[in-house]
Amino acid sequence: MVNFPAGRPPPGAIDCDIHPAVPSTRALLPYLDDYWREHILRRGLEQENLEASSYPANAAINGRPDWRLPSGPPGSSLAAMQTHLLDRLRPSYAICNVIHGAQVMLSEDLSAALCRAINNWIRAEWLDRDPRLRASIVVPPHSAELAVEEIERLAPDRRFVQVLLLSMAELPLGRRQNWPIYRAAAAHGLPIGIHAGSSFRHPPSAGGWPSYYLEDYVSQSQGFQASVNSLVSEGVFVKFPDLKVVLIESGVTWLPASLWRLDKTWRGVRAEVPWLEEQPTETVRRHVRLTLQPFDAPPTEPQLKKLLEQLGSDRMLLFSSDYPHWHYDGDDALPSGLPAELMQKICVENPLETYSRLAPADIKETPR
Amino acid sequence: MNVTVLDRSPDRQAQSHMGFIDCDVHPYVKGPNDFDPFLSKRWLEHKQTIGGRSRQGLSKTSMYPRMSPGNGMRMDAWPGTGGHPGSDLPKMQAQLLDLFDVAYGLLAPLVGGGPGERNVEFGSAMATAVNEWQLAHWCDPDPRLLGAIQVNIEHTEAAIAEIEKRAGDRRFAQVNIPPRGLEPLGRRRYWPILQACAANGFPVSLHLGGTSGHASTGGGWPSFYHEEHPSYVQTMQTLVTSLVCEGVFEQIPNLKIVLVEGGFAWLPSLCWRLDKHWKRLKAEVPHLRRSPSEYVHEHIWVTTQPIEEPERPQDMLSTLEWIGADKVMFSTDYPHWDQDDPRYAFKIPLPDDWKRKIYRDNAKALYRL
Repeated sequence: MVNFPAGRPPPGAIDCDIHPAVPSTRALLPYLDDYWREHILRRGLEQENLEASSYPANAAINGRPDWRLPSGPPGSSLAAMQTHLLDRLRPSYAICNVIHGAQVMLSEDLSAALCRAINNWIRAEWLDRDPRLRASIVVPPHSAELAVEEIERLAPDRRFVQVLLLSMAELPLGRRQNWPIYRAAAAHGLPIGIHAGSSFRHPPSAGGWPSYYLEDYVSQSQGFQASVNSLVSEGVFVKFPDLKVVLIESGVTWLPASLWRLDKTWRGVRAEVPWLEEQPTETVRRHVRLTLQPFDAPPTEPQLKKLLEQLGSDRMLLFSSDYPHWHYDGDDALPSGLPAELMQKICVENPLETYSRLAPADIKETPR
Repeated sequence: MNVTVLDRSPDRQAQSHMGFIDCDVHPYVKGPNDFDPFLSKRWLEHKQTIGGRSRQGLSKTSMYPRMSPGNGMRMDAWPGTGGHPGSDLPKMQAQLLDLFDVAYGLLAPLVGGGPGERNVEFGSAMATAVNEWQLAHWCDPDPRLLGAIQVNIEHTEAAIAEIEKRAGDRRFAQVNIPPRGLEPLGRRRYWPILQACAANGFPVSLHLGGTSGHASTGGGWPSFYHEEHPSYVQTMQTLVTSLVCEGVFEQIPNLKIVLVEGGFAWLPSLCWRLDKHWKRLKAEVPHLRRSPSEYVHEHIWVTTQPIEEPERPQDMLSTLEWIGADKVMFSTDYPHWDQDDPRYAFKIPLPDDWKRKIYRDNAKALYRL
């Protein structure tokens, strides 16, 4: 088996996680309706950057040094992103996932207004200006009703390919209050993208509030473990058999051991969740996908090989650069040690299978 | 399923498990007044009038009711004499200690409510009472059983006093701290207690359970025990992350931590993740002089139950190899529903030297038995 050299993805690759950043709240003003524009100006909120605390822009991990901008947060310039990423790695598509304070606001109305503005902004200032870009619909995650409204508003534009949630919100993601979001997403052929991050309604774990950002960052994978468990246990995939979920920036190598545990618990106490008629592992392999970066690889290639075998499926991983976050240098967006066949699946076939709105016919091989 | 009572008698008499050491055995009370003889008049009156107050909605029942009576007990562990599973020493001897030729059983008393009590003075008094009760009802009648010192870590002075009081008493093997605290265990406010444990030669065992009042997951309260049970693993991951990142092992170089009832297959990937992101965020934690995984390997032990059952049984061997067979210790969790049987827990044969370490030698060395 030939190992693909570390580095650039193969032709036609689809980058499933890039992060345009809202440069400032002021930049959203043209995309708000009259009421909310006045509301935000009166409260002076246009002077706040509403950065989500899960992703402080100045932390080293959240902006690669050579991708930082003279002004504004990393990822806030389309021209820079084209130079740094799109024109170098030449993905056929890249999916924009905006992480913003809009997703964590306590007021459902303000949250929804800001999400609408962000979606309008990304459509006008990114999607309209570069045909390689696609985007996730940002929704107010704590109001299923308003989230569904936003999904319905944007679903006709097929450049929106996914609905974006954060892994840690007020309620575990599988809870029935959230089901209208999944119903709407499934009806429109939109996967649910669950991005790392928390609205911090709760400490990152039952053990309380940690001291360091490093701990928060590492703990993201625990949020994902809980989210997968919740979606499976509550029966979301039984109720919505066509729904796909993409874990974004989740890390990958925690998954096999986590599934062993879920399966074991299911064998013991499945009477509590009688709608689950198969082992959680089977459900997860069918419905859940994970983006590659930041790839928490083991130190050696034989270990990596074993881990990939333990996933038990070559359909689960999706290529992502996680631009502008700093997980690799140069153009080495892909970890070394992946077999070539798997690389092709990760970069092209799996994203196409996951995102039904990325029609293969539309994919043109970009000259290298 | 836990409702099926298996025949657990040995397939041949005196089947030896090399005198294995069971790192997680649960003693229970026969009745609600068992601790009363060990409480002062002041706290006995408090117990009888106000009683325990924890950080959850139900006063005496778990928020995640288990799937078998007695809050998740093995069905065949109910003593014929009445009383709760785990409350009858002869029954425990017959079902565990004698049956499997257990050399030592490390007690993990999940009783009394002291560690999670909101009135920390009452909590400390209950912890002390539980410690006395362990000696009187378990450790003295059967010297194979070794106690765990209960403390309420929200009352620093009382916790340290209790640890110092027990120093040198070989009937206690370790100090037991609930893993779900008000704050992550690595935070500075807990250092004096951890220091007292290390200074007095006690490893710290972190046994699953307890209610911190924080949601079980960073995304809120799950609905089902089906989710709560695996969420314990995430709590363990937080503990390891906190102890490492706060620099506890730099501060207290002789501190030894034992993770009990969290399984262990999750530990290698957590170490990879910690190492990876530490490299990028190093500047935030300049007090760490080595990579996170080095601290983990030097200071942290894991017990096996509830043992992960990999889809491909041979993956158990690589998991053990990645953790290091010198850090893994066997535990049954008697008499809980998900107890592991030392004969069948590993679905694949272990190399002989690993078997010796995991079933006996690691615990023997750690607890200086």
